Amino acid sequence: MAKVLMKGNEAIAEAAIRSGCRHYFGYPITPQTEVAEYMAKKMPKVDGLCLQAESEIAAINMVLGAAASGVRAMTSSSSPGISLKSEGISYLAGSDVPCLILNVQRGGPGLGGIQPAQSDYYQATKANGHGDLHLLVFAPSSVQEMASLTGKAFAIGDKYRMPAMILADGALGQMMEPVDFSEIDNTVAAEKDWAACGHGDKRKRNIVNSLYIQPEVLEELVVERFKKYSIVEENEVLYEEYMTEDADIVLVSYGIASRICKSAVAAARAKGIKAGLLRPITLWPYPKKALNKLADTAKQFLVVELNMGQMVDDVKVSIECKKPVSFFGRTGGMLPDPADVLAQIEKLAK
Amino acid sequence: MSKIVFQKPKALTDAPFHYCAGCTHGIVHRLVAEVLDEIGQMGKTVGIASVGCSVFSYNYFDCDMVQSPHGRAPAVATGVKRAHPDNIVFTYQGDGDLAAIGTAETVHAAARGENITIIFINNAIYGMTGGQMAPTTLPGQVSATSPYGRDVHLQGNPIRICEMLATLDGTAYAERVAVDCVKNVNAAKRAIRKAFQTQINKEGFSIVEVLSSCPTYWGKTPDKALEWLRSDMIPYYPLGVYKDKTAQEDK
Repeated sequence: MAKVLMKGNEAIAEAAIRSGCRHYFGYPITPQTEVAEYMAKKMPKVDGLCLQAESEIAAINMVLGAAASGVRAMTSSSSPGISLKSEGISYLAGSDVPCLILNVQRGGPGLGGIQPAQSDYYQATKANGHGDLHLLVFAPSSVQEMASLTGKAFAIGDKYRMPAMILADGALGQMMEPVDFSEIDNTVAAEKDWAACGHGDKRKRNIVNSLYIQPEVLEELVVERFKKYSIVEENEVLYEEYMTEDADIVLVSYGIASRICKSAVAAARAKGIKAGLLRPITLWPYPKKALNKLADTAKQFLVVELNMGQMVDDVKVSIECKKPVSFFGRTGGMLPDPADVLAQIEKLAK
Repeated sequence: MSKIVFQKPKALTDAPFHYCAGCTHGIVHRLVAEVLDEIGQMGKTVGIASVGCSVFSYNYFDCDMVQSPHGRAPAVATGVKRAHPDNIVFTYQGDGDLAAIGTAETVHAAARGENITIIFINNAIYGMTGGQMAPTTLPGQVSATSPYGRDVHLQGNPIRICEMLATLDGTAYAERVAVDCVKNVNAAKRAIRKAFQTQINKEGFSIVEVLSSCPTYWGKTPDKALEWLRSDMIPYYPLGVYKDKTAQEDK
């Protein structure tokens, strides 16, 4: 199939439709509003639904209802809106309901700004709602990946009955790149025999619920869910390695920041510095093993993010502090130049 | 030969209710279940449980159920109904859930004309958390968080939900009923049936507000509680049909 030139936000919307999503619930917020606009245009043409909710809170709860009744459903927002969705995300996780949540991140905290940032890393990977829970978190670094990871997020979410998040940023959402949609994963889930869509007098009633008032019952359920999480950690980690085989300095970076790092690594190599890049594609599950292995050969690590260093601890834990880890980042909506990252690499190489 | 003259509706499970003695939730559960039996489409019905005393309603109704976050039941119901427009979808919510934390979800589901049915229990108190002031607590009414009586200058005024929702074009049917006596219980059942029928006819949003008693946190015996419902609640929350699109069309 020919490639199409598209904005990242539109590519996600198109990929969702191609993955079989027919229920989108949104609320306007910059810089993700193109998702809702694209859905509003396209969903009626495929007998799908694009519904503008009265709030982010209502939108995520509409997703909860639709997804609990067995259909593929999604919502999209940007940082402040994701905070509002946290309640619903926790209920989705606690009720084992799969769905897709897109966060096109902007600067924070508070109303912050509307320029690209990665400052919701903690929120996405550690604190996406109250309770013991994980989300599947995918971090695309190109418009093509915005599309392909959308299909994957739905498929893996359905497989494990987990809500999935695509953690993008304003740059990826707004920039245009060619996309090939022929590879989109549109694996239809096995029949969702747990869904609340009417028992049809053919089976026992289904209850989609996260309330377990007896502590021993709730503990058992959470422990069971964490067994599932460990299977996910074993099987669903995605990452990309770039020039890491002989690298002395390994950069660890995801999303739009990793693109800048790739240029910086190439520039460092041209100057004779053995630099490399490990790019986590899933932020949960995290590529702990791959990083730990690199710690045996690399001399040091440099984390590069568009925040104040939220991923640094994950790298330190992954490599069991075997090698030094330093950080370089910009925040508040600022993007570093490849030359800025190169300067950091050169400083470390001295 | 004996003849069955009274039995548990099929739409109720065998789970024993957890409600306090004298609480009218049990009556309303039964009325909803009787109506669901009469409609005869439990296989296509999905209920949305809310947060409050009726949080365990998913244990009692013998249909598929989704447990919603506090106040969000109309949004959850919207998701289910939009995905399955031919299903019968209802929420069962109390006054704290529907008229405080879930006001936005309630108003906008009505404004959209969301084709769902809401059973709204107004007992003028937060029961589950132990008798705190609700958005529907009457002026002067004593509660755990209005120990000197609700002072409207300090704590604001109660909300009359049916009157408010009746102003919205998307509301097809809104009626306030009470379950304080046999006559009113029978009227309440007729209203609940009418609300579900409105949904089945795809006419839009329907709500039945049921004035109910909470003897435990009103600090009254069950019969005194029903007396107070009649003497104090009904004058503030008059019973009646506030919106009926079908009737308007008939004119």
